Amino acid sequence: MWVLRLILRNTARHKLRTLLTILGLALAIVAFQVIQTTLQTWNAQLEASSPRRLITRHAVSYTFSLPLAYYDKISRLPGISKVGYANWFGGIYNNDPKNFFAQFPMGPEHILDIYPELIIPQEQKEQYLADKSACIAGQKLVDRFGWKIGDVIRLTSQIYPGQWDFVLKAIYKGRDPAVDENGMYFHWDYFDDKVRQISEGWAGNVGWYIVEINDPKDAAMVSAEIDALFKNSPQQTLTETEKAFSAGFIAGFDTIIAGMKIISFLIIGVILLVLANNMIMGARERVNEFALLKTLGFRPFHIFGLLFGESFAIAIIGGIVGVILSYFAISFMAIALAAFFSSIFIAAKTIIYSILLAMLVGLLASLLPIYRTIKTSIVDGLRNIG
Amino acid sequence: MSEPMVKINAVSKVYHRDSIQIPVLQNINLTIEEGDFLALMGPSGSGKTTLLNLIAGLDRPSAGDVIVAGENISSLSEGGLAEWRSRHVGFIFQFYNLIPVLTAYENVELPLLLTKLSKKERHEHVELALKVVGLEDRMKHFPRQLSGGQEQRVAIARALVTDPSIILADEPTGDLDKISAEEILVLLSRLNSEFKKTIIMVTHDPRAAERAHTRRYLDKGELA
Ligand SMILES: Nc1ncnc2c1ncn2[C@@H]1O[C@H](COP(=O)(O)OP(=O)(O)OP(=O)(O)O)[C@@H](O)[C@H]1O
Ligand SMILES: [Mg+2]
Repeated sequence: MWVLRLILRNTARHKLRTLLTILGLALAIVAFQVIQTTLQTWNAQLEASSPRRLITRHAVSYTFSLPLAYYDKISRLPGISKVGYANWFGGIYNNDPKNFFAQFPMGPEHILDIYPELIIPQEQKEQYLADKSACIAGQKLVDRFGWKIGDVIRLTSQIYPGQWDFVLKAIYKGRDPAVDENGMYFHWDYFDDKVRQISEGWAGNVGWYIVEINDPKDAAMVSAEIDALFKNSPQQTLTETEKAFSAGFIAGFDTIIAGMKIISFLIIGVILLVLANNMIMGARERVNEFALLKTLGFRPFHIFGLLFGESFAIAIIGGIVGVILSYFAISFMAIALAAFFSSIFIAAKTIIYSILLAMLVGLLASLLPIYRTIKTSIVDGLRNIG
Repeated sequence: MSEPMVKINAVSKVYHRDSIQIPVLQNINLTIEEGDFLALMGPSGSGKTTLLNLIAGLDRPSAGDVIVAGENISSLSEGGLAEWRSRHVGFIFQFYNLIPVLTAYENVELPLLLTKLSKKERHEHVELALKVVGLEDRMKHFPRQLSGGQEQRVAIARALVTDPSIILADEPTGDLDKISAEEILVLLSRLNSEFKKTIIMVTHDPRAAERAHTRRYLDKGELA
């Protein structure tokens, strides 16, 4: 008990210094958690992809399109239950680039069955299918712009000229939090008709095919079969799982991700130095108090307990304050980045990880001052008087 | 006649700094009887503190034997020595060496934390020790709220609380004004006469030395 009391009193000796150290630790933990959470959100988005879905795209780049004629050929292959197709529309709402969200024309009708994670009320689904110019939007998107069913949504596209009006007929919700609710979908046929009016040559082009297979185990085999089918065509294909496709999409971020990981651990290194510095200063100022304790018969493990306890207490408090601040930081981030990420939240794992790291920092930061204090002889310690 | 409290046989102490040897004490022989009040005097740098530290078991001699309260200190392990100190020796320093974040009460209680005494027993001991030094009404004060003389009295209470056989004081009045110094000396005399403590006090002050029963002079590492 007395050890705890002395630890607390020691911690409160230089209130400002301790407070600044705790704040430094807390901010570092916030940075660590924000980075970790961002990385996890990316990963969750990848993991949310279905293992039953393959994406077939142009072998050279997903910016090139494929002929609609591939649809029938792919559909006839064994092991495949349904095929759909989609394009990247690249539209802007209300002519404001800040209003960015993803839109896709997609078809044919049964494509909605390939995406069981998009939950749409049956009645709305029927309304959507019954109207050529209808569209479906995610709940978050609808909330963001305050849309209601029946609203006309006007898009302009950087790719396809003119104004594009869609009637909101259905709103989908994600089956689980990882599903993005920021998407907008409309009928591919309607899209293709309008494209044909702009330029005959542009029509009949599909951005990519979505292939639903019966058994995820067949993914590699079916992919190879699809690609073999178009091996000798002018537009060769590349088929991969949806997950691999999404991962490839953000592959450009690979180095950024690696950099972020490194930074998050460098931050931990920095707080280790901050706390170690605090502890070394504290122990040095008290050299002769420790000499007195030893004179009275206190042993090295008492010294260890006092210094380790103090370092550990500061680290834990810093960790907890950091976790609390992170909650606010990440809630803010979730709102600010709602258009890009389906859902951002701190995983329990990240919190536990942060607290464990704080504990480790607490331990490591105390080792050098503990070693020095124990090594200093009583006689030298007592001589070291103000 | 009983065993002497302190017996120092042919003790030398050499400090090593880098490759240089600094001889501090040479061939010291000293016997201090139980119940004595000895003043150790001598010029600065003559080795008084060093000798006191050897008797206290804070340091080990380079040669010779130091036997205190029947124990040959040189033969004890580091841990054994710590244990021995906590049971047999009370310390008083020139600069009091109180822990600033602990109250007078808690400072006095400090040595008792290493004993098996219950909280209640510790309380009784601490109260008694503070009463002896006349500070029972200052128990809750922190060192910075006390005068130098009062701080030294707290330190004396701390030295006393474990009921040690020997009390070692290194210039206990060195940092005090005349009146406070006088109070401390009266207190030490009482510890010696009333509580039968053997006291060894290093001092520069001839008036302080007068309080002692025995006076020894150390010069250039040798006892006169
Ligand atoms: N740890 C040490 N390392 C090296 N030299 C030391 C050490 N401790 C003491 N000395 C030297 O030993 C000599 C005696 O020191 P000591 O402190 O015993 O003297 P003192 O008689 O107590 O002096 P003062 O009256 O100034 O307190 C001094 O020259 C001092 O420099
Ligand atoms: Mg001295």
